[in-house]
Amino acid sequence: MNRWTQGFRELKRYPSALGGMAIILFLIALSFYTVITIPYSEALEQWRGGDHWRMHPVNASPLWTDRLTGGDKPQTQVIESDASEIRETSFEGGKQVRIPLDFSYNNDGFPSELNLFLEQRHSGQEGFVRLTWHRPDGETINLGGQRIGEKERVSISQNSSLEGRLGMVPHVGLFAGDSDPESPQARQGQYRLTLDAILFDENAELEADLAVYGRVHGLAGTDYQRRDLMLALMWGTPVALAFGLLAAVGTTVTTLIIAATGVWFGGWVDAIIQRLTEVNMILPMLPILVMVGTLYSTSIWLMLGVVIALGIFSAGIKTYRAMLLPIREAPYIEAARAYGAGSGRIIMRYMIPRILPVLIPTFVTLIPTFVFLEASLAVLGLGDPELPTWGKVLNDAQEQSALYNGFYYWVISPAVLLMLTGLGFAMFGFALDRVFNPRLRTQ
Amino acid sequence: MSDANLPAGRGAGPLRDLRRLAFFTLRRVLALFVTILVGVYLTIIIANMGGKVDELRELQIRSTISEAVRADPSYQQMDSEERNALIQEQVQMEIERRNLDEPFIWRSFDYLAQAIQLDLGRAEEMHSDAGSRDVYDIIVERLPATLLLFGTANLLVFFVSVYAALYLSRHYGSRLDRLVIGLAPSSAAPGWFYGIFLILIFAFIIPILPAGGMVDIPPPENDWAYARSVLSHMVLPVIAMFISSIFISIYSWRTFFLIHSSEDYVEMARAKGLPANLIQSRYILRPTLAPIITNFLLMLIGLWSGAIILEQVFNWPGLGTLLFQAIGYRDTPVIIGGVVIFAYLLAVTVFMLDFLYAILDPRVRIEGGQ
Repeated sequence: MNRWTQGFRELKRYPSALGGMAIILFLIALSFYTVITIPYSEALEQWRGGDHWRMHPVNASPLWTDRLTGGDKPQTQVIESDASEIRETSFEGGKQVRIPLDFSYNNDGFPSELNLFLEQRHSGQEGFVRLTWHRPDGETINLGGQRIGEKERVSISQNSSLEGRLGMVPHVGLFAGDSDPESPQARQGQYRLTLDAILFDENAELEADLAVYGRVHGLAGTDYQRRDLMLALMWGTPVALAFGLLAAVGTTVTTLIIAATGVWFGGWVDAIIQRLTEVNMILPMLPILVMVGTLYSTSIWLMLGVVIALGIFSAGIKTYRAMLLPIREAPYIEAARAYGAGSGRIIMRYMIPRILPVLIPTFVTLIPTFVFLEASLAVLGLGDPELPTWGKVLNDAQEQSALYNGFYYWVISPAVLLMLTGLGFAMFGFALDRVFNPRLRTQ
Repeated sequence: MSDANLPAGRGAGPLRDLRRLAFFTLRRVLALFVTILVGVYLTIIIANMGGKVDELRELQIRSTISEAVRADPSYQQMDSEERNALIQEQVQMEIERRNLDEPFIWRSFDYLAQAIQLDLGRAEEMHSDAGSRDVYDIIVERLPATLLLFGTANLLVFFVSVYAALYLSRHYGSRLDRLVIGLAPSSAAPGWFYGIFLILIFAFIIPILPAGGMVDIPPPENDWAYARSVLSHMVLPVIAMFISSIFISIYSWRTFFLIHSSEDYVEMARAKGLPANLIQSRYILRPTLAPIITNFLLMLIGLWSGAIILEQVFNWPGLGTLLFQAIGYRDTPVIIGGVVIFAYLLAVTVFMLDFLYAILDPRVRIEGGQ
């Protein structure tokens, strides 16, 4: 054990090792934080998309990139009827409700979308609502009427008759100032949307949420399904680390044990292992993974299993064999044999520990390879169908032509995380290599 | 070793070398052939685990037979029910003729024979640009594009890294040397990853190079213009591959040359006062040539599969994009065919490795590889 502590003490002298360790620790901390704050099932449920994200803008870039470049794009505002003064007047068999939704708009640029969500409770009958838009200069615009069922979503942005009247898309037209219509400027100030509703039940309640979708959102932005990318970026971390670590452990440990077994028994056992390694060399890993993903399932755990299965007889066996052959003849092995140690004991307790130091750097540098493999599969469209991963974010971005449309954040943020993981493990692994294999250092 | 020690009748000189080389090659070809057999057989087993291949073949038989029956004028008068019965009967006969009703274990050898002869069947959805539906034609049409891109990138990486490593091994500890070592971890990311950034920078932020594809659309008529167009499309993918493998490559070669340049015979040559160039070419490069070639070909093996995603990212019309499209269409015969072709390419690479080894390594020539 002295050798290990000494090795780690030596590691401190390499700045790249410290940097790598810092990155790895950060990623591990992020993984734990993610798994604790957003449980697995909840993450899957949310990533499936749908109603959970209805208050999020579509394809909004991260807040900080906009502010750093001096932009002042709007964030999403949700104006709830709970917070406003509702005036009700009852009449025979129903009531009239007036809900003013007030908000102030102080950004440059226009919102990306306008939606009104209505919910009517305790009423079996459809009601009716009339919408009026009040601009800061006092002008009012009639947005038309709408029937209210139990749950309604009024897409003001897609109101084509309104668009015709305004001469531009509603979420621009409703906010535009007096300047020329060719390059409209947003008017800042207090806006109000008034709902005049008639409900045909005395107990009925109306709840309204106006969503003024922004163009920037949070730390990571959102994608085309309104999902917050932060969820995928955070959950991608434990998935990537787990996949990389398990695949690296699975392949190196099995490979090592098989190589040691071959060397120890020699003869036909060794010959079979050698031939299997050669067969495995011509089996193309990625195409086979692609085939398995297409024909069976793209579950990340099946992929992991196939990666490990294909990695068992990898080319590494040849290297380990070369290292183990001289060890087999070492006197301490002979001593172990003399006291009556069995083959299993000799392989596991005497031969393998001897080459572990050489193995550890390889092992560490192998992890990012598998992390990138998972991302590669996802980029090919063979990512896990449910789990949010970095590769799947990249795949979505590519399918939606993110670069072409200028949504750079969508590609850059998962790519940076991938790069960070790759660099962290590689830097740490290279430093380990120099510490544990002193031959490289003295040269 | 004197000639008297050699067994009689073996001769000497180049003729003997050639004969041993031929013997060695033959043995390797046989061994590799067995390896390919096993590899392809494993592929078939993996592919057929869900009975997919059987289903496909049955579907193919059905479609060819119904096409034939519909096209045959002598069956035109039949009503549809009669015709369907006829098709069903013929399909049944064909299934029996092809032994599809036999257990899988027997048939798997049949599939193996077909795959080995590169009879890869017909595609379900896809067709080659020339219009052929044969998987073999589709794949062969895409192969040159892959070879062009990956051949260029690999040769570039190989020569640049070996020369750079030789230079660094003479100046180890210099600032440049430390820089390259520091940059080596950048190779943790594969080529496609850098490709995304290169596309972002050079095709969108500063639009000077095409974002993807192999030639302009429409392709230029003039040969020179065509070549120039292909070249400009190649720049970004080649750079992406170059960045992703150059530093680790230089790093490992540098270490390798450093170990070899401290061998006793190199020290001896230095002590004799031989010029540095001569030491480099005769005392360092010559004995290390065999491992250099090995590494080059192993790198090729590694890059064959990495190609798939890089091609897809750059929309390069090679094997990788083909495989990707096949996934999109769920065109199983093309996917399986692609895997078989990849296995063949890998085997050819391994064979070249062995063969070059035999030429370069005198031990193989002299001892016949024993």
